[in-house]
Amino acid sequence: MTGYIFRRILQAIPVFLGTTFLIYFMVFAMPGDPIVALFGDKTPNPAVVAQLRAQYHLDQPFFVQYLIYLGGIFRGDFGLSFSGEPVTSILARTFPVTARLAILALLFETFFGILVGLISGLRKGKLFDASSLAVSLILISLPIFVIAFVGQYVFGVWLGWARTTVGSGAPLQDLVLPALVLASVSFAQIVRLTRASVIETSGLDFVRTAYSKGLSSRRVIPVHILRNSLIPVVTYLATDFGVLLVGATITEGIFNVPGVGNTLYQAIIRGEGPTVVSFVTVMVLIYLVVNILVDLFYGLLDPRIRYVK
Amino acid sequence: MTITKLGFTAITLAALGALTLSGCAGGGAAPASTPNPAAIITTNGSEPHNPLIPTSTIETGGAKIVNSIFAGLVYYDADGASVNDVADTITTDDNTTFTIKIKPGLTFSDGQALTSSSFVDAWQYGALLSNSQLGSSFFSDIAGYSVETDSPLTGLTVVDDTTFTVALTAPTADFPQRLGATAFYPLPASAFTDMAAFGESPIGNGPYMLDGATAWKHNEKIDLVVNPDYAGGRAPKNGGLSITFYANQGAAYSDLLANNLDVLDSIPDSAYGTYESDLGDRVINQPAAIFQSVTIPERLAHFDGEEGKLRRAALSMAINRDEITEIIFSGTRTPASDFTSPVIDGWTDTLRGSDVLEFDAKAAKKLWAEADDISPWTGTFQIAYNADGGHQGWVDAASNSIKNTLGIKASGAPTPTFAQSRTAIADRSIQTAFRAGWQADYPSVYNFLEPSFATNAGSNDGEYSNPEFDALLARGSAENDLTAANSDFQKAQEILLEDLPSIPLWYANVTGGVGTDVHGVVFGWDSVPLFNEITKD
Repeated sequence: MTGYIFRRILQAIPVFLGTTFLIYFMVFAMPGDPIVALFGDKTPNPAVVAQLRAQYHLDQPFFVQYLIYLGGIFRGDFGLSFSGEPVTSILARTFPVTARLAILALLFETFFGILVGLISGLRKGKLFDASSLAVSLILISLPIFVIAFVGQYVFGVWLGWARTTVGSGAPLQDLVLPALVLASVSFAQIVRLTRASVIETSGLDFVRTAYSKGLSSRRVIPVHILRNSLIPVVTYLATDFGVLLVGATITEGIFNVPGVGNTLYQAIIRGEGPTVVSFVTVMVLIYLVVNILVDLFYGLLDPRIRYVK
Repeated sequence: MTITKLGFTAITLAALGALTLSGCAGGGAAPASTPNPAAIITTNGSEPHNPLIPTSTIETGGAKIVNSIFAGLVYYDADGASVNDVADTITTDDNTTFTIKIKPGLTFSDGQALTSSSFVDAWQYGALLSNSQLGSSFFSDIAGYSVETDSPLTGLTVVDDTTFTVALTAPTADFPQRLGATAFYPLPASAFTDMAAFGESPIGNGPYMLDGATAWKHNEKIDLVVNPDYAGGRAPKNGGLSITFYANQGAAYSDLLANNLDVLDSIPDSAYGTYESDLGDRVINQPAAIFQSVTIPERLAHFDGEEGKLRRAALSMAINRDEITEIIFSGTRTPASDFTSPVIDGWTDTLRGSDVLEFDAKAAKKLWAEADDISPWTGTFQIAYNADGGHQGWVDAASNSIKNTLGIKASGAPTPTFAQSRTAIADRSIQTAFRAGWQADYPSVYNFLEPSFATNAGSNDGEYSNPEFDALLARGSAENDLTAANSDFQKAQEILLEDLPSIPLWYANVTGGVGTDVHGVVFGWDSVPLFNEITKD
C-alpha cells in the first residue's frame, strides 16, 4: 500500500513539470504585449515599457523565463501580479473560497443524487422514476449559465431569498445558491448513474441470496445493493470534485464569487503569466491528489480491488 | 403638457410605492425621506491593475479609489470646471511659469503635514524614468522631463512651505486645468520610504480614507470612510464608500436590481434591451468625455494625399451614425459632431465642414468615384478591433453601411485580445484602419486634440502630421483667455475635418443606475459619480 502511494507520487513529478512547461509556453505564446496593454489606449513611453518588461523578466528568451519561474517555485516564490501582490497570497485567498463552494456543491449533489437515483432504481418504471428521469434530462441539457441566471433572478431579485451575488469573504450562506447551481448538472448525472447501477445490482445472484436468507430490505438495500452500486458513482464524484475545485469560471463570474475561476479568468485576460501558471500548477496538483485518493477509496468499497505489485 | 391616462396611473403607482417604501424604511411620520449622514454607499468597481500610487494609476478601477482618497490642487465639479481644492491660488503672467500657493495648515489623514514639498516630491517621483510610473507622461511639459534618462524636473522649485513654482517648456494655457488629474496628487513623506507598502495601503488627503490598513481586499472590495480632516469642497454627505469589485458587469447589474448595490456606473451590454423598463426613472444616461473614431493611417495604400482625403470623406459619409447609435447601442452613444465631447467646455456642433459627419449616400459615392479617378480602388476596406471589448456589433454595422453605400468590400478585422491589438497599433505593424477611443485625462479640448493628432504626439497612432494644425494648437495653448483658446482649437478641428486622420463616430454615454433609496447621484465629466454628493435614506 505504502509502496503504491509512493509510486503514484513519483509519477506526479513528470506530470507536474510537463504541465507547468506547457502552460508557461501557452501564456508566452499568447499574442500581444501585456505591458503595452497596461497603458490602455495611450501609447506608452518605450523606456518605461522596457523597464517593466525587465521587472517581469519578459525581455528574456522563453527558456530563461521558464527557468527563473521554476527556480522561484522551489523557493516558494510564485512571482508577482501586475498589481504588486505576491501570487502565493492570491492563491491562499482564492482557493479556500472555491474549496468551500466545491465541497458544498459536492455535498448537495452526492446526497440528493444518490437518494433520488436509489429510489428511482428500486422503483423502476414507476411515476417517481419517470419524473426523476425527465427532470435530470432537462438539467443535463440546459447550459449552466441559463440555470445560473434563472436561479439568480428568481431567488435573488424576485423572491429575495438569497443574495444575488456572493460578497466579500464569501460567507457560507451566500454560497448556497451558487453551489446548488453548480450541483444541478452533476446531480442529474449522479441520479442516472446510481439508477442504472442499482437496477443492475438488484438483479444479481447475491442480492437474491441475501433476500432468501431472510434478510430485510432495510439491510439488503444499503449494505448489499447500494454499496456495490457506488463504484461508478464514486469515480464520477471524484472527477467532478476535481473539476469543481479548479473553479467554475462561468458560475463564479455570474455570482461574483472571489474564487479561483474568476481570478484565473482575469489573469488570462491581462496576460499575467506568473498568476496563470501558478494557478494551473496548483490545480494540476489537486487533481493528482484527488485521483490518488479515489483509487485508494475503491479498495474500501470493494475488497476485491487490491493494490499489489 | 397633457398627462395620458397610463402616465397618470404610473405616477399614482410611483407615489404609492414611495409612500410604502418610506413607511418601511423610516417607520415614522415624516413623509419625505431623510438622508442618513452615516450611510455607506455601495458601488461597483474593478480590481485596480496597479498599486494605489497616483502616478501609476491610469485605469478606471484604480482611479475611482485614488480620486476618492486624494485631493489635488484643483478638483472638477459636475460640469468639468476646475475648482481650487488644496490650491489657494494658481497664478501666471506668461502661461509658462506658474506660481502655486496652497492652503496653510493642511494635513494627510494620518496627521503628516501637507506642504508644497508633498507635491514637488510626488511629481519628481512620478516623472523619474527609473520609477516606471505609467502616468509619467503627465509631467512631460515640465522643464527637465526626459523619456530617455533619469532626469529631475528642474522646473519645480519649492519657495516655502505653502508656495512652489512650476516652469514649463512651452506656454500652456490649460496647465492649471490639468492639475486635478490623478498624476498630480501629493504624497506624504512616509510614502517614499516604502512605495510598495504605500501602494497597498495609501495615506491620502482626500474626502475619504481607507477603512484601516487592510481595507483593500484584493479582487473582492475596498472600504472607504470619511476623512474628518478633509477641508475642501468635496466634503462627503454620506458615511463612506464600499466599492465591490465585479469581474462581470452582469453580476453588478443583478445586485442593483436586488437593491444590494446603490450606484452602478455602467449598464452591461446584455441589459441594453431591458434596463429602461427594469429601472424606470433610476436610469442615468448622459454623454461622457469619451470620443470614439476609426483611424486610417496615411501609410495605407489608397489613403495618402488627395486620394486619401476623398476616400476618408466618402467613408465618413457612408456610415449611418444615427442608425447605429440607435439600433446597436440603444441610444447609449451620441453621434459625433467634432473631435471632443459634449461635456467639455469648447465642444461645438457648428464646425465648418462638419457635414462630412452626416450620412449622405449620394455624396459619398461621388467622392469615392473621384478618388477612383486618381487611382482605382482594390481590395477590402477593413476596420481592426479587439474582440474582447464588445466592438463587433458596431464594426459589422459600420462595415455593412460602407459596403452598401459605396459598393465595395468592407469587413471587420478582429484580433482576439486588447493586448494584441494595442501591440500591433503601437509598433505600426497594423495594415488596416482601426478603431480608436480616447478618454480625456482632464476636461479640456486640448487633451482631445494634442495627444491624438499633434505631430509625433504620444498617442498619435495614425502618425498624422499637419504643420497648420500644430500651429493652431500651439497658438491656442498660449492664449490667456479660454474663449480665445477654444476658438483656435475649433479652427484646428476644422482642419481635422478636412483631413480626417481619424473619422469621428460618436461620444460614449455614461449609463448607470441607482438604488431606490439613493439620492443626488450626478456623474462627473469623467463618467464617475461624484460620490461625496450622494445621500442614502
